[in-house]
Amino acid sequence: MVDTTEQTSASVLSAGARDFVSVGRRWTGVAWQWPVLPLAILVPFVLIALLARYIAPYDPTEPIPGAKIFEPPFWMQGGSAHALLGTDFQARDVLSRLIFGARVSLIVGVAGTIVAGSIGTALGILAGYLGGWVDQVIMRVTDAWLALPGLVFAIFLATMVGPSMWNIVIILGLVYWTRYSRVIRGEVLSLREREFVKLAEIAGASRARVILRHILPNVLNSTMVLASLTIGVVIIAEASLSFLGVGVPPPEPAWGSMLADGRSMLMVGDWWLTVFPGLGILLVVLATQLLGDWLRVRLDPQLRNM
Amino acid sequence: MPTPLLELDNLQKYFPVSTGALWRRKIGWVKAVDGVDLAIHPRETLGLIGESGCGKTTTSKLILLQEPPSAGTIRYDGEDVSNLEGAELMRYRREVQVVFQDPYSSLSPRMRVGDIIAEPLEIHTDFAREARAQRVAEVLELVGLQPEVARLFPHEFSGGQRQRIAIARALATDTRLIVLDEPVSALDVSIRAQIMNQLEHLQETLGVSYLFIGHDLATVAHISHRIAVMYLGQIVELAESLELCAKPLHPYTQALFTAALPSHPDQRHEKLKITGEVPSALDPPSGCRFHPRCPHAMPHCAREAPVRKEIAPRHAVACHLY
Amino acid sequence: MAPLLRVSELQTHYFSFGGTRVVKAVEGVSFTLCEGETIGLVGESGCGKTTTCLSIVGLLPSAARIVSGRVEFAGEELTQKRPREMRRIRGRQIAMILQDPMASLNPLFSIYTQVAEPAYYHQAIRGRSLRRRVEELLRAVRIPSPAARMREYPHQMSGGMRQRVVGAIAMAGGPKLIIADEPTTNLDVTIQAQYLEVLKDIQQQSGVALIFVTHNLGIVAKMCDKMAVMYAGKIVEQGPVRDLFREAKHPYTQALLGSMPKLGSKEPLFAIPGQPPNLACPPAGCAFHPRCAHALPRCAMQQPRDRSIGPDWTAKCWLVDQQTEEQYAHAVA
Repeated sequence: MVDTTEQTSASVLSAGARDFVSVGRRWTGVAWQWPVLPLAILVPFVLIALLARYIAPYDPTEPIPGAKIFEPPFWMQGGSAHALLGTDFQARDVLSRLIFGARVSLIVGVAGTIVAGSIGTALGILAGYLGGWVDQVIMRVTDAWLALPGLVFAIFLATMVGPSMWNIVIILGLVYWTRYSRVIRGEVLSLREREFVKLAEIAGASRARVILRHILPNVLNSTMVLASLTIGVVIIAEASLSFLGVGVPPPEPAWGSMLADGRSMLMVGDWWLTVFPGLGILLVVLATQLLGDWLRVRLDPQLRNM
Repeated sequence: MPTPLLELDNLQKYFPVSTGALWRRKIGWVKAVDGVDLAIHPRETLGLIGESGCGKTTTSKLILLQEPPSAGTIRYDGEDVSNLEGAELMRYRREVQVVFQDPYSSLSPRMRVGDIIAEPLEIHTDFAREARAQRVAEVLELVGLQPEVARLFPHEFSGGQRQRIAIARALATDTRLIVLDEPVSALDVSIRAQIMNQLEHLQETLGVSYLFIGHDLATVAHISHRIAVMYLGQIVELAESLELCAKPLHPYTQALFTAALPSHPDQRHEKLKITGEVPSALDPPSGCRFHPRCPHAMPHCAREAPVRKEIAPRHAVACHLY
Repeated sequence: MAPLLRVSELQTHYFSFGGTRVVKAVEGVSFTLCEGETIGLVGESGCGKTTTCLSIVGLLPSAARIVSGRVEFAGEELTQKRPREMRRIRGRQIAMILQDPMASLNPLFSIYTQVAEPAYYHQAIRGRSLRRRVEELLRAVRIPSPAARMREYPHQMSGGMRQRVVGAIAMAGGPKLIIADEPTTNLDVTIQAQYLEVLKDIQQQSGVALIFVTHNLGIVAKMCDKMAVMYAGKIVEQGPVRDLFREAKHPYTQALLGSMPKLGSKEPLFAIPGQPPNLACPPAGCAFHPRCAHALPRCAMQQPRDRSIGPDWTAKCWLVDQQTEEQYAHAVA
């Protein structure tokens, strides 16, 4: 015999819980289709970076004529509308420097990732598909490379070749390719045994053909996921290099060097010199990481059909 | 008798087995294929039937040149295949194709169907793009699909349709022999009949030969002209399909027939007389490899391996009983 | 005698994409099973046979729900049970045998531990009697030298042996009903034959009822007393095996029987044109009508209801209606 009152209240509770969950499920249905949050952050940043020259109120490398140094943002006492986010130690507009700094961060982030991804994916494919001594050599090189402390190595290279934006791009690409080669090699090892690859080999396809037509398109998914996760790392690396003075050279604005310049003024209370570039780094890196996560779930074929 | 298209002559494939973590000692050989003699003629379907571990997959790998044989020869159109190189080798690869069991992993997921089918054409011919597209449309129609599907991706098709695409790909060039490795085992029952009928129709129209490898006796017997029964790397019986079904001679073949599922509940079925499992190919039994499980084993069988003899016209068996 | 299992108008749906996409996996399935009987649940992939079995034992994935219908087992209504109660029934009264023995066996535990577990929990046998029970079970599934082999681990056994161990585990709790979901699909032909004989033996000795889910009609011919043919989530025909094999009434059953290659015959196989339907948006009327050679105009508009052909023999087809009308007209004339 079942206690009807107990059953009723239990079923009402569970029905309520089910409704709540189903509403949540409907939301996730929508949110699952598009990465709303990351795009909401990244698209404005990308637009700002692209249109920097037209949006920025002032030249970021020249002081604002007639402005004082260390002016606070406009909503604080002493601030004014002609320098919305304040000025720095050379009376340069913080807002303009932020906008141009976004350009630097995004360009270095994307380009550096492309360099790293290309090197790493190519080596990973060669190691995985050709096997034998090629595999051994590439993997040992990867191991050795991984043993080097990334940032220190980057600083070393930067001091050797001299700082400039494109040098930094190449350097960061050289530092971060290893994370691709390992993962891609693993994927290629299992792809190699799949029947459609064997079919191509049986049909007489050359190795180059198999790699370009069959292997590469199928590892692109993983490459893209890795890339979106690497952009954040590269951006932070660039910021670190700029902070340490071996990144993009002044007077070109970069968020990292803005942090370095403004660090000493934190004690005095001039927070706007560091908080804004810091927020910029935080938001962009957060957005790329979320995007990478979304991509990973989206592109995983097992999760695709729920 | 026309010259066989493909001839396997005392084909052997041994895989070395070694143990030891530091020093790899060789402790023996897995005799996956141990003296296989087979011939496939033009316009013929040869069925190869056996259970897991019998060597049928290894045999197909040898035919497709995925592995070199340890001994014996494969002759195609009379010529030793291991001597082929360059243009001759490409000709072999063009004329001998394969269709695998799993329709879900045999098509490149990021290529359009038309490109998948056209790939052998790209490798072997210098057809222009229009000529290739035309040939793709031709073979798609041959396998019963609309030519318009060429621009779709594999994941938009069902299992049966994917197998048709795989067959179309195998026919794109001037194929003369297709190795079909369990092509319908992964398909639903009703789709199986579609594909089997299609294969038969293609053989009639194009004159292509098949090596049909399978484990389901009824399916293999239906489509094959002749059947070879394999056990532990050797062919134990070879006969025409209907003859084999009427009079299986080798005890293993008889066991396969007894074990086969009935097609009607009233069908009389005998008790299975063999016991145990297939022994490992690493250390096969001496003499006749089937003797430990054979209900008719004689002392002679453990000592001497039987030679394949033709007992009735076009019906050969390797057994001391005959 | 009251049937052991009575499934009535069972409906199970899968909900995905936040509830916006509903797949009607099981749509009004009804059948009964008495003690000691074997029923074959036949159909191709996607027809709903596995979902039906999971619905019976309460092991549906979280995306699926029994929407309506009843499952009466040994006098109790299973759809209303709480998970804790279902756990007591599973293993003790209803057991399952699945397709892949390697997935059903835990590689870390010995055969003895795994076979003993249901007996330990559900029948509270301990100690030496437990050892004896495990030996008994292993012997019943014809595993040679059971006392020695029970100390082994799954990876030391072949596929056929493992599947037999799974059978022993199923029997260990002393169930009244075993649901076997394609247990022989991965086995070799001779191993499959041995295994099916083992199952038949177990059934005769213990009188357990068996639901055999398969797409292979040959297995049904060999093992089952009655069969239910499923298509697109419904049972389109069910009845005694002999009757259906001799004279199936539903075109799909006829097509399935016609598409089986028969040993020793080169008769062309009957191939059903087209593809199975998409269960998220099935065709109107009878789900089989787009592929049916005998479709009437009515078939595209109305879903056929169960029509009785003989004792325990029903089919969901408008053709049967037509035939009985013709017979009636004949009889009257």
